[in-house]
Amino acid sequence: MRSERPRETRRIQGSGITGRRRFIGSLAAMAVMPLVQAPGDTTGAPAGSARPRPGDDGRLYLPGAAGRPRTPTRPGDASEEIKLIEQKLACHCGCTLDIFTCRTTDFTCTTSPRLHAEVVALYEGGASGREIIDHFKAAYGEQALMAPEPEGFNLAGYFVPGIAIVLMGSVLTWVVSRRLRLAPAAVPDPTQASEPAAVTAEAEARLRQALAEVED
Amino acid sequence: MTLLGEAMLWLSLLIALGTAGLVAAGSWKRDAALASVVRRSAHVLCGCLAVAALSLWVGIVRHDFNIEYVASYTAQNLPTGYLVAALWAGQKGSLLFWTVVLSLFAALAQWLTPRHHRHLLPHVAGVTAVVLAFFLIVMLFAANPFERMAFTPADGRGMNPQLQNPGMMIHPPMLYLGYISITIPFAFAVAALLSGRLDTGWLHAIRRWTLVSWLFLSAGITLGMWWAYVELGWGGYWAWDPVENASLLPWLTMTAFLHSVMIQEKRGMLKRWNLMLIAGTFLLSIFGTFITRSGVIASVHSFTQSNVGYFFLVFLLLAAIFSFALIWSRWPRLESEVELESMVSREAAFLFNNLALVGIAFSVLWGTLFPILSELVRGTKITVGPPFFNRVNVPLGLFLLALTGIGPLIAWRKASAANLRRQFVIPVLTGLVTLVVVVLAGARDGYAVVAIALGGFVLGTVAQEFGRGVRARGRMHGEGVMLALARLVSRNRRRYGGYLVHVAIVIYFVAFAGMAFKRETEATLKPGQSVELASPFGHTYTFTHMGVSQYQALNRIVSAAAMQVSRDGRDLGILVSEKRQHVDTFGRPTFEPSTEVGIRSDLREDLYLVYAGSVEGTEEAVYRVAINPLVWWVWAGGFFLVFGGLVTMWPGGITVKVARPAALPARAAEAGA
Repeated sequence: MRSERPRETRRIQGSGITGRRRFIGSLAAMAVMPLVQAPGDTTGAPAGSARPRPGDDGRLYLPGAAGRPRTPTRPGDASEEIKLIEQKLACHCGCTLDIFTCRTTDFTCTTSPRLHAEVVALYEGGASGREIIDHFKAAYGEQALMAPEPEGFNLAGYFVPGIAIVLMGSVLTWVVSRRLRLAPAAVPDPTQASEPAAVTAEAEARLRQALAEVED
Repeated sequence: MTLLGEAMLWLSLLIALGTAGLVAAGSWKRDAALASVVRRSAHVLCGCLAVAALSLWVGIVRHDFNIEYVASYTAQNLPTGYLVAALWAGQKGSLLFWTVVLSLFAALAQWLTPRHHRHLLPHVAGVTAVVLAFFLIVMLFAANPFERMAFTPADGRGMNPQLQNPGMMIHPPMLYLGYISITIPFAFAVAALLSGRLDTGWLHAIRRWTLVSWLFLSAGITLGMWWAYVELGWGGYWAWDPVENASLLPWLTMTAFLHSVMIQEKRGMLKRWNLMLIAGTFLLSIFGTFITRSGVIASVHSFTQSNVGYFFLVFLLLAAIFSFALIWSRWPRLESEVELESMVSREAAFLFNNLALVGIAFSVLWGTLFPILSELVRGTKITVGPPFFNRVNVPLGLFLLALTGIGPLIAWRKASAANLRRQFVIPVLTGLVTLVVVVLAGARDGYAVVAIALGGFVLGTVAQEFGRGVRARGRMHGEGVMLALARLVSRNRRRYGGYLVHVAIVIYFVAFAGMAFKRETEATLKPGQSVELASPFGHTYTFTHMGVSQYQALNRIVSAAAMQVSRDGRDLGILVSEKRQHVDTFGRPTFEPSTEVGIRSDLREDLYLVYAGSVEGTEEAVYRVAINPLVWWVWAGGFFLVFGGLVTMWPGGITVKVARPAALPARAAEAGA
């Protein structure tokens, strides 16, 4: 809920102009509106209106200020299956996003809607998700995928981190285990009696208390 | 003012090079006055660079559009808060901001370091001076923030609309503070190596600095997630973008260091490893800067591609060679004082915790650089996006989460089977109960279920630790539960603050798991039409389009699309998403219209509304509506993380005397765990 923007919400609800800042803003609006009005856009509130309203015909006062014109949503646009496919395919506009994220986030992009239409057409033509992904890979190259296929050199991408961690863990375990095995023989302490000194119950209780206090 | 600012940069460079030269020559060792001059140079540098930053700020606030930086990132109608934030909005200004903050930290390090660590300070001043000199060289020779243009435009280009968010005023500074403050622990580590004082003294000197760095990085990363969520409009908060990854890398290695340093302090082990971690963290912070500024890897966050990347690459390589050569030169003196006694011990658990953290860091680094590697090997630049990172890193993250619960349960030195049984029963049962509850509730996403169950296990561990501590205090001192809890935490801040951080990590993981149950749809609605969406918690939300209003704000024209929202028939109010067309002082559009999402957040789920645009210039609007479960908990996790970190680093508490291992029988140590 946009309750964190009470000033703007109040404007939508039509409160009057109050305060110096709003007054100045309204004056600026009077100056600005004609300049940013889209070419050919002649409908809407009278020029200079401080709080433009949509016209009675449902048209926006400044369509150009509301972003690129949109086409109505089709059933395929909200399909979960198509979303999952598009999330595996990269948009080519340079945004580094997948097709779904780009077309539903960057509404200035013209590439992702085109690629989306291509996915929908293939899907509606009966292609499976795998086939659509393969089609994109064949048509646009491997960079069309959001993650490289786990084959050939790409296997290194997937498995090197895991192998490195397992290897390091194994080496660590081996080295420590080896040292543990060798430690008693390698470092005999002649000053110590063969039996470790007994810990009295009192000493242990005192130690436990001390550790409870300070151990971290 | 620009002349003054630029003069201050040159003066700072001379002072920094002079300080570095004095330290390198070593003459301060024979002359106490010279040592004092070296230390005090940090304060002078701070003063000079503060004047330089103020000069740029004055240029920004006065709208001096003859300065190329001011014209590129500000405009006359830019709100005041963003004028202040414009200092770090662009490459050149952010470099200046970085430099001035580093000089401030360097001066604070000289000022606040206790007397018994003073012997390290000239070396520390030398290292910070070298790093400062590098940044000053980059600014003066490749990215001068005071560069003037041949003409003065009537107005500036303005700030990118996506940066015009309150997050701009706090997220970049937080992240920069995290990155920058890493230099201080690194400087102390180098000082210890150069001076040959390799006892735990330098660790005590940097304890708070490492926590400060880690806290700033944590807060910066979480704020970045929040900003991405509320501003970018894609409905998520982490996309494994190279720049996001670059911030995570030093955080991971710093977290590893915060754990492994305890082993060095308590047992005199892992000295080499700790030095490598600190050096690695510093290098990763520079690497992150290189990634962000070089344009070598495509990212939605990157600054424009520029030649400063080469400067950072060279500095990165030189710093890496210097650091590791220095550690190598002291290698024989960095032997552990004792050996690990058992693979089933707290020390071993910390080792594996470090392995997991550094392994994840390596994995993230590998994925980030893999496109470059692929291009080098195969000539094909591939995309490595979220599917790749999730596949590789989610299992590693879950392993780390498990270790978060396991580590505190294992005794120092050596744990017996009886000890393990006693310690693990409650946490394991908690985890199993959580697993059953989550499965019975209908959750079927494998990773999400495991994450939540492991979260239960870790919470069981933390609750057990707190419970035992409180009971022990109750028995020994006759304190009530709340008093015992307060004293337990206040007397063992590091330990129990750490547990609070573990709770925060659990909250993060559970919240991340929640996104597996996200629901979303797209709809085109005329005023009065509705769309319904079922939430994973079983509610049905109805969104009714009310219409689109347009109005003028300070530097933009806003198109606000409003939705009446109800849950199971009960009215919840109005949700508004906007399109903002930013304009300059003359009313000319400056950027493409940007989108502001509408969010209604509660403990269970967020309603996320995106106004995509209108059909043929009418009030018929295209919306994307999403229900994002548990997002509120991500921010709660961030709060907990910072709170736990503050508890850990808060001054006071008790002084922990380091017990030498031979004095403690293993059985007794086990009992105290």
